[in-house]
Amino acid sequence: MKIEKTSKSIAERGEAPIFALDTIGLTQSQIVRKRFFQHKGAITSIFMLIFIYLLVYTSLGFKIGPLNIHGWWKYTSTDLPELKFCKDGTVGCPTFSLWPKFLGGAGIGMGDHPFGQDDIGRDYFALVMRGTQRSLLVTVIIGAIAGSIGTVVGAVSGYFGGKIDAILMRFVDFLITIPAIIIGAVVGYHFGNLGVTFLAFYLGLFSWTGLSRLVRGEFLTLRERDFVDAARVAGASSRRIIFKHILPNAVGIIIVSVTLLMSGAILLETALSYLGFGVVAPDVSLGLLISQYQDSFTTRPWLFWWPGFFIITIALSINFIGDGLRDAFDPRQRRRLSFKDKALARSMKRGA
Amino acid sequence: MFAFISRRLGILLLILFGSSFILYNLTALSGDPTEGLKFSKDPKDKVQLLALVKQLDLHTPPPLRYFKWIKGIAGVFTGNLNFGTTRDGNSVLTELAGAIPVTFRLVISATILAIILGIMLGIATALRQYSRFDYVVTFFSFLLFSLPIFWVAVLLKQFLAIDFNNFLVSGSISVFWIIAFSLFGGFFWAGVIGGERRKFLKIFGVSAISHAAVFAYFSLTHWFLHPGLGPIVILLMSIGIAFGVTLLSTGLENTPAIKATLTMAGLGVVMYYPIQYIFDHHSSLLVLVGLLILNLVVSTGLGLFFAKIDRGPIVRTSIIAGLCMSALVVVDRLMKTFAPYLSQDGVNGRPIPTLGQADILLQSHNFWVVLLDRIVHLILPTLALLLISFAGYIRFARGTMLEVLNQDYIRTARAKGLSERTVVMRHAFRNTLIPISTIVVVDLAGVIGGAIITERVFGWHAMGTLFQNALTSFDLNLLMGVFFVTASLSVLANLIADLLYSFLDPRVRVVGSK
Repeated sequence: MKIEKTSKSIAERGEAPIFALDTIGLTQSQIVRKRFFQHKGAITSIFMLIFIYLLVYTSLGFKIGPLNIHGWWKYTSTDLPELKFCKDGTVGCPTFSLWPKFLGGAGIGMGDHPFGQDDIGRDYFALVMRGTQRSLLVTVIIGAIAGSIGTVVGAVSGYFGGKIDAILMRFVDFLITIPAIIIGAVVGYHFGNLGVTFLAFYLGLFSWTGLSRLVRGEFLTLRERDFVDAARVAGASSRRIIFKHILPNAVGIIIVSVTLLMSGAILLETALSYLGFGVVAPDVSLGLLISQYQDSFTTRPWLFWWPGFFIITIALSINFIGDGLRDAFDPRQRRRLSFKDKALARSMKRGA
Repeated sequence: MFAFISRRLGILLLILFGSSFILYNLTALSGDPTEGLKFSKDPKDKVQLLALVKQLDLHTPPPLRYFKWIKGIAGVFTGNLNFGTTRDGNSVLTELAGAIPVTFRLVISATILAIILGIMLGIATALRQYSRFDYVVTFFSFLLFSLPIFWVAVLLKQFLAIDFNNFLVSGSISVFWIIAFSLFGGFFWAGVIGGERRKFLKIFGVSAISHAAVFAYFSLTHWFLHPGLGPIVILLMSIGIAFGVTLLSTGLENTPAIKATLTMAGLGVVMYYPIQYIFDHHSSLLVLVGLLILNLVVSTGLGLFFAKIDRGPIVRTSIIAGLCMSALVVVDRLMKTFAPYLSQDGVNGRPIPTLGQADILLQSHNFWVVLLDRIVHLILPTLALLLISFAGYIRFARGTMLEVLNQDYIRTARAKGLSERTVVMRHAFRNTLIPISTIVVVDLAGVIGGAIITERVFGWHAMGTLFQNALTSFDLNLLMGVFFVTASLSVLANLIADLLYSFLDPRVRVVGSK
C-alpha cells in the first residue's frame, strides 16, 4: 500500500524517470503540451508577455494602414506637455505609486506622468510604451524572417547533402564574417531613416546563420531514420519528406532556437541603437532611451530604470518560454531522480 | 586529414576574399570620407580635399581599389604585409598592433573567468537538476542573459565603484550587508553541496554563521583598508585546497595524492617569507614566471616522489593544487599592495575607477603597484563582460552535462559500482568538456574583435573603438584592417573547432580523410 502511494506521488509531480506513468496513452503533442504547462516559469512568462503586449498597444494605440486606433493614454510620444516641478526641486519626476494613502503614500495610481517626463517635457510613459512597441516589432520580424530562412536553408542543406550542402554551408560561413553593424551603417547612409521595420528586416536577413546550422545537424541525423526510408519507398517526394516527415520531428529544436534568436534580437536592436546605428531620433526605441539618459542615472534614475525594466522583462520572458519549450520537446533531458525521490526510494526499500 | 585541412583552408581563403570584397565595396558606398570638406568654401579645405583624395586614392573606383588593397594584404606571403594607411596618414598596421594587446587585456580575463565559472556552475546545476539551487541559478542566468551590457555598466559604476569607494572611507560594513552576504553565502554552499532538507539547513546554518563571523571581523578590523591574508590564513586555505583538489581529482582515499598536496601546502608556508623577500626586492614578470616554473617542477617532483603506482593522476593533482596555492600567494601580495596603492596621488583613496585603462597620475613604478593599478582598472569591464557572457556557458554546460548523464556509458559506470565521484569527474565531466571546448575556441577567437560597447562605456581604446571610429569617419582602410583581423581569426577558429571535435570525439570523423 505504501509503495502504491509513493509511486503515485512521483507520477503526480511528473518526475517518473524510467516508466513515464503520466504520459501513457497520450499523443506526442499532448505530452509536449502537458510538459510545457508544468513549467511555471514559462507560463508566468507567457502571461507577462501578453500583459506587456496589451499594455503597450492599448495605451498608445497603433496604426495598420488606414486604420488608426487611439489608445487610452492621454499623451503620445510626440506631445509636449508642460515640464512639471516636483517637491524636491528636480523636474519631471514620476507620479506612479503603489503606496496606499492610509500608509502615508501618494495612493495607488498612475498620476499625470507615471514614469516622469524627459528633458523637454515629453511624457516618459508614452515614450517607453512607444519604444517597447518598437522592440516587440523588431523581435517578431527578426524571429519570423530569420526563423523561416534558417529553417529552409538548414533543411535543404541537411536533407540533400553533398554539393548543395557544401555550397550553402560555405555561404553561411561567408555571411557570418560580415558584421551586422556595417550593413546597418550602409543601409542607414543610403536610404536614410527607413524606420524600425526596415532595420528589423535586414537584421533578420543576417541573423539566421546559427539556426540553419542547428537545423542542418538535426536533419542530418533524422534523414537516416527508418521512417524517412519508409516514406521514400512509398514514393513521397523530397518536398513532402522534408515538410511532412522530418520537419515535425525537428520542430522542437527550431522553436527553441527561434525564441533564443528573438530574445537576442531585442538586445541586438538596443545595442545598435545605443551605438547610433539602429533606430535614430525622432523615432524612439528602448536602447535609444537608455543611451540618451544614462548620464542622468544619479539625478533622475527613473529615466534609466524604466526602459531597462521593459527590455529585461521581455527578454527574460522569451528566454523562459524557450526553456519551457525545450523541456517540453526534449525528452532526453527528462527529470532525473531528485534527492526527495531517492529518499522515497530508500524508504520504499526499507518498507519492503 | 591533410587533404581535408588544405581543402578547408583553400575555401577559407576564398570566403575571406569574397566577404572582404563585398564589405569593401559596401563600406565605400556607405559614405564619403570627404564629406566635411566638399562643401566648404575655404581655400585651405580645398587643398586638404585634394590631398585627401590623392592619399586615399579616391579617383580609383572602389572595386578596382579593392584589388590594390588586397595586394597589400597578400604581401603577407612575401613578407611585406601592408594594410594601407588611415585617413590621418598613420599605418593601419601600427594602429592594429597598438589596439590588439589592449583588447586582449580587456576581454581575455573576463572570457576565461566566464568559461571556468560558467562550466562549474553549469555542471553543479546539472547534478542538482530541478533543485532549489538549480532554479535560482537558472533564473539568474536568464536574467543576466537578458541584460543589455551598457545598462549593467551604469549600475556597476554606481553601486560597485562609487559606492564601494564611499564605503572605503570608513571601511566598516553595516549590519544589513553582513546579514545579506551571510544569507547569500549560506544559500550558495547549501545549494552546491545539496542534500535532504536537514542536511541543507545544517550546511546553510554553518556557512551563514561562518560568513557572518568573517564579515564582522572584516568590519571591525577595517580589513578592506589594508587587506591581506598572512601565512596562517594561507596555510589554512592551502590545506583546504589540498583536500578539495584531491577530492575532485583522485578521491580522498588516494593517500599519496593527499600526502603530496599537503606537503605542497607546508612548503608553501615555509617558503612564504623568502618569497616575500623576492617579491620585495626583485619583482618583475620574469621572476614571477621563474617562480611559477619552480612551482611546477616542485609539485611534479613531489607527485612522483609520493606515487608508487599510477603516477599520472597524482602528479596532476599535485600540479593543480600547487597552481592554486601559488595563486593564493600572489593574491595575498596584491592585497598587501592595496594600502600603499590607496595613498597614491592619482588614487586618493578611491581605488575603483569608472573610466580608463590605467591611472595617468600614478607616480610609483613599483611592479606590484602598477600591476594592481591595471587590475583595478579591469574590475568593472571584466565584471560587466563576465555577467553578460557566463550565463550562456552555464546553460550550455548544464545542457551538455544532462545529456551526458543520460548516456548508456554513465549507466554502465554506475552499474560497475564506481563511486559517484568517479562517475561524475571521470566519465561525465570529461565528455561534457568535448562540445564545450569547441565553442570555447570560437569564443576565444572572437575576443580580438573587442567589445565595442564595453570599450565605449568604460572609456577604453582598443579594437572596438577603432572599428567604430572607422565606421563613423568612413575610414575604409582602418575598417577593413579591423574586419580582416577579426574575420580571419573567426573562420580559422571555426576550422580549428571542427578539427578539435573530431580529434576529441572518436565518433566524429572529418569527411575528407576516407
